[in-house]
Amino acid sequence: MTMLYDATRFAVPDRLETGWKPRLLRWETLLLAVAAAIFTFNALSSPYFLDPWSLSDATFNFTEKATIALAMALLIIAAEIDLSVASIIALCSVAMGAAAEAGAGTGVLVLIGLGVGALAGAFNGALVTGFGLPSIVVTIGTLSLFRGLAYVVLGDGVYKNYPDSFAFFGQGYVWWVLSFEFVLFLALAVVFGVVLHKTSFGRWIYAIGNNPTAARFSGIRVERVKFLLFVLSGLMAGLASVMLTSRVGSTRPSIAFGWELEIVTMVVLGGVSILGGSGSIPGVVIAAFVMGLVTFGLGLLNVPGIVMSIVIGVMLISVIALPILWRRLQGN
Amino acid sequence: MMAKALKNRDLLLGLVLIALVLAIAARFPGYITPTNLEGIFTDTSILIILALGQMLVILTRCIDLSVASNLALTGMIVAMVNAGAPDLPLAALVLLSALIGLGLGSINGVLVWTLGIPPIVVTLGTLAVYRGVIFVVSDGEWVNAHEMSEVFLNTPRILFLGLPILAWVAILFVLIVAVFLRWTRTGRAFLAVGGNPTAAVYAGLDVGRTQFLAFSISGLLSGICGYLWVSRYAVAYVDVARGFELEVVAACVIGGVSIAGGIGTVTGVVLGALFLGAVKNALPVIGISPFWQLAISGTVIIVAVVINARQEKTAGKLILRDSHRTH
Repeated sequence: MTMLYDATRFAVPDRLETGWKPRLLRWETLLLAVAAAIFTFNALSSPYFLDPWSLSDATFNFTEKATIALAMALLIIAAEIDLSVASIIALCSVAMGAAAEAGAGTGVLVLIGLGVGALAGAFNGALVTGFGLPSIVVTIGTLSLFRGLAYVVLGDGVYKNYPDSFAFFGQGYVWWVLSFEFVLFLALAVVFGVVLHKTSFGRWIYAIGNNPTAARFSGIRVERVKFLLFVLSGLMAGLASVMLTSRVGSTRPSIAFGWELEIVTMVVLGGVSILGGSGSIPGVVIAAFVMGLVTFGLGLLNVPGIVMSIVIGVMLISVIALPILWRRLQGN
Repeated sequence: MMAKALKNRDLLLGLVLIALVLAIAARFPGYITPTNLEGIFTDTSILIILALGQMLVILTRCIDLSVASNLALTGMIVAMVNAGAPDLPLAALVLLSALIGLGLGSINGVLVWTLGIPPIVVTLGTLAVYRGVIFVVSDGEWVNAHEMSEVFLNTPRILFLGLPILAWVAILFVLIVAVFLRWTRTGRAFLAVGGNPTAAVYAGLDVGRTQFLAFSISGLLSGICGYLWVSRYAVAYVDVARGFELEVVAACVIGGVSIAGGIGTVTGVVLGALFLGAVKNALPVIGISPFWQLAISGTVIIVAVVINARQEKTAGKLILRDSHRTH
């Protein structure tokens, strides 16, 4: 019978809270150990790795994805998912590009990026909560729709007339080697951590992910919370779009193609259960660092990007498989 | 009652598809010529085959996001084997592609079955891994048309009774899967396992094993599509069919396959795939920029999901009377 619980996606166990905290702590410790090991390995295998500037460069390849991963973590804990985030990046970027062509200033551009992102998220949220649709299918649809709109507007063209001051969000530094992107990500991580782990809103998210029926009966407005989480996810994608567009300095409709899978990988690697109901922000943050370190370390060793996807994929599966195997061995 | 509603849904989708084709043909008669219709079907053949496999997986409450990577990896390997050993008979290469695909698919299946890892996680992982392995085996090189043998390239194009072999292969798989789902015990198990896993276990069915089978079949079909794809487009490289997995899922969703498992018909999936194919083919005919295609399929998917949900909705789902009203 236990096999049945493993195999069905919608089963809810009777007792979930037993040993919840120690196990979670162990998960993050494990991840942290992995991160430390990769860091040491990188430092030993490349003389360029420990340079502060090269470490600072290393943060750029994951902060934008990690920013979205924070919001994605909340969604997945609430047992929903948003696969359209990368397409939202493209849509926001095209909107900003068009506005920049029309002569909009930096402040307006940022507002447009964030606004379009939040609207796109609200569209997802309205479809999922308003019609009661499965979010995985809805967001596969909007994945096509949002990027499709970007293609309709821009075709094979490019926007690159961004004002000079716009470059700060993706290329600027707050202090010494600390980039704006990185500092913003750390600040957001703290905010998301506090909201998820220290507020009643955060508890609602867990409750919804574990048992939406029970959550509804405890007076939680399940649909409204989910809707807000979709808006948040869109907003973070808009923010990532501002940073990415500013960093590359140009917009093509293919921008951030395929990012959604890397972001979901980051969240799952961080210990968030894809079935909903469990996970933590510190885990996701460490996972972001692990993925960033792996990508950057392999890059220093001249391993092509596509080969890194093997490492990421194996990591994703084994990080979930190993604890299951471990528990099974202990059970015997 | 349920079966009747589903039949109606397929009928409805069929009528919409015919209406679409006729509406376009009214303005552009060239669209409805036998040559063009045959072209649409042949262009959609690979999507149809992949969607059949995906349907079996979704029926058992899983999802296979690795199909496009599987296709590309298998396609690359057979293309390289063909380039290296042009004298090897085509039958051996097709068998090889089927076996590689089956192997890759059953890796997904084993992980889901024995370890109970959620299918979306497993196939997200193998999507990345299989794609990366293409680079490793090919070293980033392309296999171009002039390196492939004549037989390898041309066999799927040979006309038989007016249709190319590629289209006949799709028809053959449609018939096999239809018979399998309708009249075999294992086929019925797919529907039972997805419809109600608990009841399926009491009926003596092995849920995990059925899911394993679904992934294996999906992999097998992806592998064969690997050969078909590479010979059709006469090139193999790392990025072949990248992102195509979502189009495959879309064909299923438009075809009325419920993502919650247990509901879906072969007719629906074929119509869903043809719908996407007809739209794709219509854009250049009407003179709309091909850049519209993605946005249109996105809209079609969303509309299809909304319609599906209305049909699947059961009275028992409402928890509190006003839980849906206030929002």
